[in-house]
Amino acid sequence: MPEGGDRELTFAQAIREALAEEMRRDPTVCIMGEDVAEAGTPFKVLSGLLEEFGKDRVLDTPISEAGFTGLAVGAAMTGMRPVVDIMFGDFITLTMDQMVNQAAKVHYMSGGKWRVPMVMRTTLGATRRSAAQHSQSLHAWFCHVPGLKVVLPSTPYDAKGLLKAAIRDENPVVFFEDKMMYKLKGAVPAEDYTVPLGVADVKRVGEDITLVATSSMVQVALGAAAMLEEVGISAEVVDPRTMWPLDEKTLIESAKKTSRAIVLDEGYERYGVTAELASVIATGAFYDLDAPVKRMGAMHVPIPFSPPLEDVTVPTEQTVFDAARTLCGR
Amino acid sequence: MTTATEPREASEKVDLWLRMYRQMVAIRQFEMQVNELYMRALMPGLAHLYIGEEAIAVGVCEALERTDYITSTHRGHGHCLAKGASPDRMFAELLGKKAGYCKGKGGSMHIADPATGNLGANAIVCGSAGIATGAAFSARCLGNNRVSVCFFGEGALGQGVLYEEMNLAQLFKLPVIYVCENNLYTEYTHYSETTAGDILTRATAFGLEAARVDGQDVRAVYAIAQRLVDRARNGGGPAFLLCNTYRYHGHHVGDINREYYRSKQEEQTWKTERDPITNFGKWLIEQKLANAAALDRVQVELEAEMKKAVEFAVAAPYPAVEEVDEDVYA
Repeated sequence: MPEGGDRELTFAQAIREALAEEMRRDPTVCIMGEDVAEAGTPFKVLSGLLEEFGKDRVLDTPISEAGFTGLAVGAAMTGMRPVVDIMFGDFITLTMDQMVNQAAKVHYMSGGKWRVPMVMRTTLGATRRSAAQHSQSLHAWFCHVPGLKVVLPSTPYDAKGLLKAAIRDENPVVFFEDKMMYKLKGAVPAEDYTVPLGVADVKRVGEDITLVATSSMVQVALGAAAMLEEVGISAEVVDPRTMWPLDEKTLIESAKKTSRAIVLDEGYERYGVTAELASVIATGAFYDLDAPVKRMGAMHVPIPFSPPLEDVTVPTEQTVFDAARTLCGR
Repeated sequence: MTTATEPREASEKVDLWLRMYRQMVAIRQFEMQVNELYMRALMPGLAHLYIGEEAIAVGVCEALERTDYITSTHRGHGHCLAKGASPDRMFAELLGKKAGYCKGKGGSMHIADPATGNLGANAIVCGSAGIATGAAFSARCLGNNRVSVCFFGEGALGQGVLYEEMNLAQLFKLPVIYVCENNLYTEYTHYSETTAGDILTRATAFGLEAARVDGQDVRAVYAIAQRLVDRARNGGGPAFLLCNTYRYHGHHVGDINREYYRSKQEEQTWKTERDPITNFGKWLIEQKLANAAALDRVQVELEAEMKKAVEFAVAAPYPAVEEVDEDVYA
């Protein structure tokens, strides 16, 4: 667990601080997206950046996700380090050619000559009563593409350190922020630090079962772990933090130690991130497992608007608690 | 241009005209060798020949500095050569050899070369509109006075992202020129069946400077490209250049039987009446800037040079299998 000192920031403040520090450090870092300047995004994550860095570095764009993402790819190839803001993760669908066929492949197709050091920041997460086109967690789509890196922070500390590492990375990085987490508070040191991409973090140490959880599901896993403790089950919570590069070793070692694992992710369970992570554990910890690896993700439905319907589409502390008890046989 | 000033202007530019003639012949001879490689089954996959369109690449690239940027298309050999690529390494790339511009990983449709400002050919129709616009964005941000040219065929007029990029380019006043090569056929369909309304007004609607030129007349292409490039370099903003041209061969080298979409008579008319090399050669002779023997010699020299380049590529080794997963990430 990282040392955070005594300063607390919200997740949104941590993101903003990471961007501001990198923009001060490197004049080629710029931000572009819809309503990123005066508005500071609908989530107010970027408030204040326009005032400090001006409109040449904090650029409001038209509602043209493909257009400004494509522009960022070319800018990244030619000396800039753009950070594009895709307001809702659902809108990444509009950027797919730019990210999948262009950004991800430029380095390889050019025999390693051109580089695309850009970051796409976007959101994920349901239960905000925003219905089917503003609630999806589509990060698995990018995980499937060689050439991209995919980051899913779950705490203010990780958000700041990972975003700074992403901006300094020489590759296109997609950075998913859980929009329900923007107000979450946590310790964040004032001094400069980065969290390297590809290193998992054990968020809670336990003995009986491993809960591998990403992004929004880390808080759910920690809540479930507290409930499990009350019934005598000690749960370890492991956050991979980045989907690619993936710290397979930490996941496997935890599962070997506890002999049971549940993988939690807010993306669709079918063909999703949980399938990949479960496979890594099932293969790597096979001889030490006492039960099949359990996967928990979003139901295979478009996210509904009606609150009682929406709430059952994603894992909750209660459903994780129930699943863990079943897996442990008590 | 008046007839009174033409001879004087012509003689002053004799070196330029002869260089442009030579470059057009080089492209044609290169492409004839590509076709030969295909016919002899020496080339993996396919290629899309630029024969008939040489005046556009040469006229536009002659107006650029070496440090200026271009993006190219699936029919991109002409653009790459005109921007300064060397034939031997291009042939090597076409054959998938390690000595190729992209170490054999890109092939015919992805030749890229930072040394000549070539951001890469692109196999997604309109796939590089964002990249070219982004390079112009970098030029503006970094103040390096570079200009970016986006080559594309008229088929790209059907892609929405083109209009997103033109909108962004005009909003940000970027030094980018969109060069549309209308060779009449989007693969196997006449463009009139796929293109509603007027092409130029699509650009003027966004406030771009727009011009139309005979793409078979290299002097006309050069003159207008020079004007638009200077304008962009001096802060005048983006432009759109529509070049009317014709693709002598099929959509790709294997597209042999074309009568179902265009007549042999039509092909013959373009080849005999509107050939950019023949007509430019006639003009050079009329202006007494060259004689027929000298122009013939250019043909012979370049044919020999291209054959030598092919020999280099055929003899060059393939990449080692171990290189397959290199260059995925920078």
